[in-house]
Amino acid sequence: MTDLKIKMKDVHKAFGPKRVLNGFNLDVPKGQSVVIIGGSGTGKSVTLKCILGLMDVDKGSILIDGKETANIHGTERSKIMRKFGMLFQGGALFDSLPVWENVAFGLIHGQRMGREEAREIAIQKLASVGLASQVADLLPAELSGGMQKRVSLARAIAVNPEIIFFDEPTTGLDPIMADVINDLIVKCVKDLGATAVSITHDMASVRKIADKVAMLHEGRIIWYGDKSELDNSGNPFVDQFIHGRAHGPIMTIGAAQAA
Amino acid sequence: MSESSASGIIQHFGTKRLLVNFMNFLASVGAPVLRFMNATGKLTYFAAQSVINCFLPPYYFRSVIRQFGDIGYYSLPVVGMTALFTGMVLALQSYTGFTRFNAEGAIASVVVLSITRELSPVLAGLMVAGRVGASIAAEIGTMRVTEQLDALTTLSVNPHKYLIAPRIIAGTLMLPLLVLLGDIIGVFGGYLVSVHMLGFNPHSFLSQSWDVLESMDVISGLVKAAVFGFIVTLMGCYNGYSSGRGAQGVGAATTYAVVSSSILILIFNYILTQVFFS
Ligand SMILES: Nc1ncnc2c1ncn2[C@@H]1O[C@H](COP(=O)(O)OP(=O)(O)OP(=O)(O)O)[C@@H](O)[C@H]1O
Ligand SMILES: [Mg+2]
Repeated sequence: MTDLKIKMKDVHKAFGPKRVLNGFNLDVPKGQSVVIIGGSGTGKSVTLKCILGLMDVDKGSILIDGKETANIHGTERSKIMRKFGMLFQGGALFDSLPVWENVAFGLIHGQRMGREEAREIAIQKLASVGLASQVADLLPAELSGGMQKRVSLARAIAVNPEIIFFDEPTTGLDPIMADVINDLIVKCVKDLGATAVSITHDMASVRKIADKVAMLHEGRIIWYGDKSELDNSGNPFVDQFIHGRAHGPIMTIGAAQAA
Repeated sequence: MSESSASGIIQHFGTKRLLVNFMNFLASVGAPVLRFMNATGKLTYFAAQSVINCFLPPYYFRSVIRQFGDIGYYSLPVVGMTALFTGMVLALQSYTGFTRFNAEGAIASVVVLSITRELSPVLAGLMVAGRVGASIAAEIGTMRVTEQLDALTTLSVNPHKYLIAPRIIAGTLMLPLLVLLGDIIGVFGGYLVSVHMLGFNPHSFLSQSWDVLESMDVISGLVKAAVFGFIVTLMGCYNGYSSGRGAQGVGAATTYAVVSSSILILIFNYILTQVFFS
């Protein structure tokens, strides 16, 4: 059996009466790239925040490198946090800091690196996401949405984390840049030996970056398998999703009304 | 069915009604009380956490210095203007009032004591609550809403140390400085009006002010200022940090920050005055 980097078991998370995760199980093997797919609002981002410890779970266990981390806080949590890099869905760049300092933030404040050295690494990382060094001194608000996303990606990988989470890394990018980012994610996993958990709605991206694919529906993983099995999963939910059909077992409001 | 058992039933339902009403009454009193206790508890915990983190490393000197500028330096015009006009108006008012008792001579004392003990700290506190408290709440609230606080945590930086401690330190240290300047400007305002409009002798105004002033008057004002600075920045940070989702959440956080810090300033002003001068 391969090492598991992350193991989530029977995780429950609700916001008031709204149950988002409801018996969620997921195994992420070390050094692999797992992609979570699923409809909008099904709780994909919430899943990542639970693993990161940004949200407490109501019930269940989250093992990271075999250690229980669910609802851990304080210094224990900061130790685990050092293993993580995260690309937030909305970018979440610090808008009062210039671009380079955003990218170098984890190096300067987390790893206590000198500012000069950190700036150089930041500029390298910016180049790897296709951004010229001229943007380094701009403020995030002066960039386009897609550029902000790439800065955010550079920030996530700047600290060379063991586990990287990508929440919709390619939304808002043109197809060419999306492919560059896909390559970059693959490179992080293959070259740096990182473990990646990504969320995406972009099937081209899934095919490129995934080793394994997990489909989230109604609070749990309803299908989990290798990327190669995706096309003949025999799961009607997965089929509907990957082919983007409005009609099928996953009911959208519009389709339900039409039926 | 006998009559007595019927009245028994009525009586039974009557007491039950009464009981239900009583419970409803208790609930309507209890819910806000519980909410108040809950909020107070949360705020106290937040305050303790913030204060502890002001003293624990790592220290973010860069952020502290930046906040000195934002909270201290940029509040100078507002605080200065407030103090100047307050001093002027005070001289004018006490002149028109005191001539009725032939007590014009007391104007200098009134101006200098009111300014240093009360008006400079309280008005500076309230002005800074509007300017700084609101902007802190809006900034941190926006960071909450746009997941920047989550991003900080993910990058192994404690928001209490990086964002909140520098603001609280800067608020607590800068407000006394602002108030000290406000004292000087306020007395100067009183001087301007007394000497140039009311025809007082400049020398006697100044010497009278100086004679009546005791160091405790100034010190008490500065201590008040430190407390108000702490209150303003704490309430700004707390409301921003616990901001609800969306633009509406940030708007509400900003309002709460200003209203709650203004009220707390007035309450603590009374308490501190009582402590100092009783
Ligand atoms: N902090 C929160 N408070 C209350 N409800 C929340 C919170 N965060 C998420 N939710 C709810 O949880 C559900 C799942 O949200 P989540 O952001 O995980 O969706 P998602 O799967 O990432 O969707 P998308 O693909 O659109 O990003 C949503 O219905 C959302 O309203
Ligand atoms: Mg999401």
